[in-house]
Amino acid sequence: MSSSPLLPKMMKAHGVSRRSFLKYCASLTSLMALPPAMAPRIAHALETAPRPSVIWLSFQECTGCTEAITRSSAPSLEELIFDSISLDYHHTLQAASGYAAEQAREEAMKEHHGKYLVIVDGSIPLDEPGFSAIAGISNLDMLKETAEGAAAIVSVGTCAAYGGLPQANPNPTGAVAVSDIIKDKPIINVPGCPPIPMVMTAVLAHYLTFGIPDLDELGRPKAFFAESIHDRCYRRPFYDKGLFAESFDDAGARAGWCLYKLGCKGPTTKSVCATVKWNDSTSFPIEAGHGCLGCTEPDFWDNGGFYKPLSAPAGEYRRMGQAALVAGVAAGIGGGYLAKKNKAKAQADHETVDAFTLEKEESES
Amino acid sequence: MRNSSNSRADLVQLKEAVANLPTGNAPPILSEILEALGRLVDRAEPTVIDLGAIPFTGGDEKVLQEVLGNGEVNAVLDAMGESHIQETGIPGVWRVDHSDPKGEVQSRFIEITFVPDILKTQSEDALRGQEILAERLSERLRATN
Repeated sequence: MSSSPLLPKMMKAHGVSRRSFLKYCASLTSLMALPPAMAPRIAHALETAPRPSVIWLSFQECTGCTEAITRSSAPSLEELIFDSISLDYHHTLQAASGYAAEQAREEAMKEHHGKYLVIVDGSIPLDEPGFSAIAGISNLDMLKETAEGAAAIVSVGTCAAYGGLPQANPNPTGAVAVSDIIKDKPIINVPGCPPIPMVMTAVLAHYLTFGIPDLDELGRPKAFFAESIHDRCYRRPFYDKGLFAESFDDAGARAGWCLYKLGCKGPTTKSVCATVKWNDSTSFPIEAGHGCLGCTEPDFWDNGGFYKPLSAPAGEYRRMGQAALVAGVAAGIGGGYLAKKNKAKAQADHETVDAFTLEKEESES
Repeated sequence: MRNSSNSRADLVQLKEAVANLPTGNAPPILSEILEALGRLVDRAEPTVIDLGAIPFTGGDEKVLQEVLGNGEVNAVLDAMGESHIQETGIPGVWRVDHSDPKGEVQSRFIEITFVPDILKTQSEDALRGQEILAERLSERLRATN
């Protein structure tokens, strides 16, 4: 659990030249949308910053986020950045188990009180603490206890950031996001199902060098979540020309036309998937021929179906349910109201959407 | 809407045409370069322009290339993928393009400077060079004895 800077030593061990490191810092600066003159400062900070203690808490999650973040091709600088933090607790990755593991967490909390970084993946169940517990400690208690002495919290993945899949209707565990519980600490949301590994390491690099990055209204770093996938999509020219794939096996799909009509959520989803891409910049969902699911946005599971075009009215099931309840209790006309609304919705759902309607909608909005 | 009767050749053409459509961002960048060159000449102050920070298509690159042209230096850096460092036909204006090991472009810069920093041997690397050379020499000495 050293707090001395290890990066120069690590670079030497991996045979990485300082020139390579400077190149990496230059690209990182471009990726983080920082002025290019910042590159030497990033390099300096990464080399000299003491390794902050990091406690990684996994709650109601599928381990996909950890899988994604740790699967960088070795040896890579992403790994080096990971080595420039001191990961003191991560129950999936650490060798210790049981009491020894919990002791590591407690020691890190005590030794680095007020200075350690907490990374959370997974949502927290509020209905019944027993739904998810580690070493007999409920997720809620562990989060509160660990967040108390944290300098900041990074919510990794859509579950920790917004509740994600566990919170999907009907939310059987009463799952909530970290930000629903912790109100007195800076929280950086890095949503995605899972998030892009490079984005995660860049957020960590930013935290190490300049502290908390600029965040948008959903708590996401603006450098990675300011533009929609649609803005940077290589299929965008087809959208602009009104050329859409109508099914997954038609000529349009084979020719790589826009997937809007097949339910692509790119226009309403903010992420750098189209530019940073996945698996060492190999591809991203739209390039693989499937529309974007919108996984960096809240409630993406409940937004009316992955294969419905955005122009079709969204499900908003939860809000519909509340509307029915309120209407029913207040006036006793809930049923009629809902039936009427459903009819309109059904008609809207079956309307054919063409490029001109889309353009019209776009210019009107 | 147009249907799928467009031939594949048309489509490829359309794709290329769209990708190469200039955004109009080249002229302001060129003015910025001229201004930065003034600062370099007057005060030896270098400037770095990140081409990834604005929409910059193949068409814009063409305009840039037409005006700047090719210069005397053309270096390839082999460090975690290739980087191309070229002095343009305008002395003091450099193109620095970084690619990853797969050849995907990572970042593109224009540097207005006397020599881009990335070309220089870094002192840490020189120190390592000193160690490596000393080790190799002593190994040779051992082998010959």
